[in-house]
Amino acid sequence: MQFDKPATTNPIDQLKVVGQPIHRIDGELKTTGRAMYAYEWHDANLPYVYGYPVGAAIAKGRITAMDVSAAKRAPGVLAVVTTLDVGRREKGKFNTVNLFGGDEIQHYHQAIAVVVAETFEQARAAAGLVKVEYAEERGAFDLREAMAGAAKPDDSQEPDTAVGNFEAAFKAAAVTLEQSYETPDQSHAMMEPHASLAAWNGEELTVWTSSQMIDWWRSDLATTLGVDKEKIHLMSPFIGGGFGGKLFLRSDAVLAAFGAKAASRPVKVALPRPFIMNNTTHRPATIQRIRIGAGRDGRITAIAHESWSGDQPGGQLETAASQTRLLYAGADRMTAMRLATLHLPEGNAMRAPGEAPGLMALEIAMDEMAEKLGMDPIEFRIVNDTQVDPEKPERPFSHRDLVGCLKLGADRFGWSGRERPGARREGNWMIGMGVAAAFRNNLVLPSGARVRLDSQGVVTVETDMTDIGTGSYTIIAQTAAEMMGIGMNKVAVHLGDSRFPVSAGSGGQFGANSSTSGVYAACVKLREAVAAKLGFNSADVVFENGEVRSGNRSVPLAEAAGADGLVGEDKIEWGDLTKTHQQSTFGAHFVEVGVDIATGESRIRRMLAVCAAGRILNPITARSQVIGAMTMGAGGALSEELAVDTRRGFFVNHDLAGYEVAVHADIPHQDVIFMDETDPMSSPMKAKGVGELGLCGVSAAIANAIYNASGVRVRHYPITLDKLIGGLPQLADMSDAYRSRA
Amino acid sequence: MNHTTKVSFTVNGASRDLDLDNRTTLLDALREHLHLTGTKKGCDHGQCGACTVMVDGRRVNSCLTLAVMHEGDRIATIEGLGEPGNLHPMQAAFVKHDGFQCGYCTPGQICSSVAVLEEIRANIPSHVTGDLTTQTQITEAEIRERMSGNLCRCGAYSNIVDAIVEVAGTKA
Ligand code: FES
Ligand code: FES
Repeated sequence: MQFDKPATTNPIDQLKVVGQPIHRIDGELKTTGRAMYAYEWHDANLPYVYGYPVGAAIAKGRITAMDVSAAKRAPGVLAVVTTLDVGRREKGKFNTVNLFGGDEIQHYHQAIAVVVAETFEQARAAAGLVKVEYAEERGAFDLREAMAGAAKPDDSQEPDTAVGNFEAAFKAAAVTLEQSYETPDQSHAMMEPHASLAAWNGEELTVWTSSQMIDWWRSDLATTLGVDKEKIHLMSPFIGGGFGGKLFLRSDAVLAAFGAKAASRPVKVALPRPFIMNNTTHRPATIQRIRIGAGRDGRITAIAHESWSGDQPGGQLETAASQTRLLYAGADRMTAMRLATLHLPEGNAMRAPGEAPGLMALEIAMDEMAEKLGMDPIEFRIVNDTQVDPEKPERPFSHRDLVGCLKLGADRFGWSGRERPGARREGNWMIGMGVAAAFRNNLVLPSGARVRLDSQGVVTVETDMTDIGTGSYTIIAQTAAEMMGIGMNKVAVHLGDSRFPVSAGSGGQFGANSSTSGVYAACVKLREAVAAKLGFNSADVVFENGEVRSGNRSVPLAEAAGADGLVGEDKIEWGDLTKTHQQSTFGAHFVEVGVDIATGESRIRRMLAVCAAGRILNPITARSQVIGAMTMGAGGALSEELAVDTRRGFFVNHDLAGYEVAVHADIPHQDVIFMDETDPMSSPMKAKGVGELGLCGVSAAIANAIYNASGVRVRHYPITLDKLIGGLPQLADMSDAYRSRA
Repeated sequence: MNHTTKVSFTVNGASRDLDLDNRTTLLDALREHLHLTGTKKGCDHGQCGACTVMVDGRRVNSCLTLAVMHEGDRIATIEGLGEPGNLHPMQAAFVKHDGFQCGYCTPGQICSSVAVLEEIRANIPSHVTGDLTTQTQITEAEIRERMSGNLCRCGAYSNIVDAIVEVAGTKA
């Protein structure tokens, strides 16, 4: 199905099932421990053994020798496969650096061997016996140092835009702001480590893995192994979180496949937790410079956003300036992004790539500018709203209700009670409120599905779409139930299997909208097949209550299916509505914090997000996506930072104790409001993405609340107490505070 | 030298006899030897709580204890709490409040939640307990503090606390 005209009324609009707060259909499996993740596959016909990886101990250079004799002699060891054994491999399309193979070391903890043994304990012990000699080379690991040599990437990465004459307009502006901001390297830190079980049967390979994108993995695994893609069967029905860290083929799958070949046994490999942060990808750090010029009326006349990030040679920008092309009005404007070469592990997509770190900076700048103008920060944003792409005014937004989000949120949050910086106290707590806009583009990808109707009237959906916690199982079942006029108990959903039609997969907040649209398309085909079989005119057919009706004839679906059943298969493909109309999602984040006047400790007290993201397919799972993102943003604001050893070139705090994600005690009750809207330009579902929107802007809202509480402006994330304490009120005030508490 | 040891304990009420490599953690004994994969491995060194199980009624990180140390112990895992169609109240509350997304931290969160309520009722103090001379109350602050060893990167904390509060209330 080609989606090239705005959606009109269709069966989804009934909203009998879609849009309803339906609990996850995989909830019982997950809460009872019965959902099986990649490392957990077991049956008597799968006599697997264990692989344990070895990682490079240097950041850059070559391996000159490897001695695996002790490892091979160790108890239980069945095989050792080294990067030298397999030699240089053709790299998968989606990876920047090699996952395995050859003597070149491109980053610390790059996989250089896998040791296969009868037990996990034996494999781990033997992995420690592999001896490696390196010829180390100098690398670049410090973004600030490498910034000067940063280059403009080619146009495919869209590094620059400019409209009008920014410099002149900025110079002429009555009020101006010029500031720099820094965001650190961040890690996905999903709870399930990357894991794969590989089993060869002759030339055929079966892999159970933890992947967001089945078809990308399958293609890249085929390339890396040098086998025919059709010979690989990949499955990933449950994924313990990804956040972008499982978008692209990872070393566990490659090592398991090579290990299994060498040992002639199925092999499973999980990346040890301390391995993950340097072996896999991360969100690259940024240094950003923002300049805003406005008239005294608060209208932005000039806006510029520049960003510098680093990556391996051949890598990509962290596109932190991209949202500034679309978010606010302003006639004269420019953005520029530059890429430095760094030899840290590969930088790549993490939840809301670009917008997440971009808004961490831009939305502090907006707060600072509002203060300079003497305006309320919400009013300042409203004044500068735009209903068209500000760089291409002939292109309207398909639907944009940022203003609605800001106003409703202000009302619900009690924004009018916000005081001037440093004014509100409760004992030793300085209390403040902050706001930030949320913005994330709505991406769509082609997505296929197959829908079977059987003689029991059960509809089974098959697509290689994944559910990484997003709720795909549930919203896909809702879509099929709505389209076929049946209850949720008559729908089965099978996901994450390369034997099924290729879907959008999970990423870039395109998954929910794209994959349900694919299921919609397949259901249209199935409806046509049912109508044709019954000789009904498909134009006036109604699917309702498990029956199909036309005029005064009505037949149970089970009967229509017949003994052999019926099948519908299709995929959704996208016309140019995304080109003629800018499709984006919007929101507003509100946060209240307390900052301890003595220690500078920041505690989040309240959080509210208001989201305008098209039709919400399931308010329960959508809300969970948003609160989860708000939680990730809290970590990003207050504690998350991969510490770079700029001498040795690696992330030092490479485990869950050193890399501090938010915990229970950090997160208060969270509120989410969805604007009641649809976007017919977006898809037949009239939905858009929401999973990444929830992260966009949260950290800045927290930063702005901390400023409002304490009067200390921090522009360098994370906002740890050492960055606040020098600016806090003097001791005399403090003793007052503590006296009043006593 | 003998690298293996025989050990017997009960898991969810059933006695189990294993002959294990001495280095095998309780977590790997459950997952790899007994195929009770409901208990998850998030970090394998005590930083995430995904491997939380009950040993003789107390929650432990099963990755931080060797299986051979548990001779005669009573071990309870997520599989023993309830099953599809017959959920433990805490499992049902997690489904109702959507206290999870990917589900990987979930068995650990649920085991921890059940234990936390018992710990509060047993008047075991925490970092946020004020008065040690009176019975500790089940508050959101107590729950958040005591659950902080169970990481959830999907960020379901707000919903998890709602689920625990509901179970605490209906049981009280
Ligand atoms: S696996 Fe035991 S605490 Fe993480
Ligand atoms: S549900 Fe995914 S980590 Fe908690």
